[in-house]
Amino acid sequence: MKLKGWKDVNPGAVCTEAGSALQFKTGSWRAAYRPRWIEENCIQCLFCWAYCPDMAVNVKDGKMTGFNYDYCKGCGICALECPGKKGNKAIVMEEEGK
Amino acid sequence: MATPLTLKELSKKDLLLTSGHRMCAGCGAPIIVKMVLLASDYPLVAANATGCLEVSTCISDYTAWKIPWIHNAFENAAATLSGVETMYRSLKKQGKIDKDIKFIAFGGDGGTYDIGLQSLSGAMERGHDMLYICYDNGAYMNTGIQRSSATPYGADTTTCPAGSVIHGKPQPRKNLTKIMAAHDIPYTAQASPSHWLDLVKKVKKALDIKGPKFMNILSPCNRGWRSKTNDAIQLSRLAVETCCWPLYEVENGVTKVTFKPKEKKPLVEFLKPQGRFKHLFAPENENMLKNFQEMVDKEWASLLKSAEGGRASGTE
Repeated sequence: MKLKGWKDVNPGAVCTEAGSALQFKTGSWRAAYRPRWIEENCIQCLFCWAYCPDMAVNVKDGKMTGFNYDYCKGCGICALECPGKKGNKAIVMEEEGK
Repeated sequence: MATPLTLKELSKKDLLLTSGHRMCAGCGAPIIVKMVLLASDYPLVAANATGCLEVSTCISDYTAWKIPWIHNAFENAAATLSGVETMYRSLKKQGKIDKDIKFIAFGGDGGTYDIGLQSLSGAMERGHDMLYICYDNGAYMNTGIQRSSATPYGADTTTCPAGSVIHGKPQPRKNLTKIMAAHDIPYTAQASPSHWLDLVKKVKKALDIKGPKFMNILSPCNRGWRSKTNDAIQLSRLAVETCCWPLYEVENGVTKVTFKPKEKKPLVEFLKPQGRFKHLFAPENENMLKNFQEMVDKEWASLLKSAEGGRASGTE
């Protein structure tokens, strides 16, 4: 992401490109933990997708397919809310770099 | 055609608030905004009062919104959107626009309960066709956790710190939902992100009603509530289950409680995980906990009573 100078910004700071925040990768904010998806325990309830504050849960055709680590801030809401299958969580928080 | 209200179907829709916004990790507000925007099948236009949501979703030249969005000042989100809505009505009359557009204003509790109350009240009284959504995190979190009139009784903030003389905020919170219901507008509701279906249904209902609508949505803030980053949904659920944040709606003067917990949990279950209430658990502050529980019980009983009688909750 290239920072803009004041001459590059529209008058009134009007943003003409919808969703341009996507250029800012918030994944670098993750301090210690990242979520890991365990597919065999996933019941596709999509609570993780609904409750993710960063829209960092990927879904395709109504199914969870993993995480977008470019934006995931590692808050852990998905792992806490995941009901899992028979008591086994489908999302666990793991230490970064493991 | 209206999207069926299942997560599976909703997840196939375009997200109108994108990743890359700079709200804190585990913030409740973007979850709420995402759900609100997903609930609509109409094209939307939004206004934002100054606050966390505004500064973090539109930093400099980068916006996380995929709908037309305007920020003006702290106190006038409702007035600004009134103007936008009036322009839309005029353009429609002139035949320059034929789309059926809906208008939503977002404000935090600072921009709604305190600073923006007059412009909100005015917009509701003038009857603009808009939905005002307050995401209530219970303090001025963006500027460093100063108390607002939405801050709950006993909470520790930087301007009502818990010490040896005062023990957090001495006053109970203002009941804004009741104040808005007392405006006799067609629709007022209270929601929580933990009960996503209830929230989405209320937004959908509100958007289909013509005229001014107001929704107050609890928005956990782990920075200000001094809790963990992963408990936004859990805490909002506890707030509902302890009846500290009841889910209800007032439609044309008729109050309806939309969620009654099977078993009303003791308030301490909601307070305990939050550091802002830590001092209330000291032995000398036992009476404050008792007071707080009594306030919640009284409010809940009064709400149930208004729901029975079918009167506006503001008339009690």
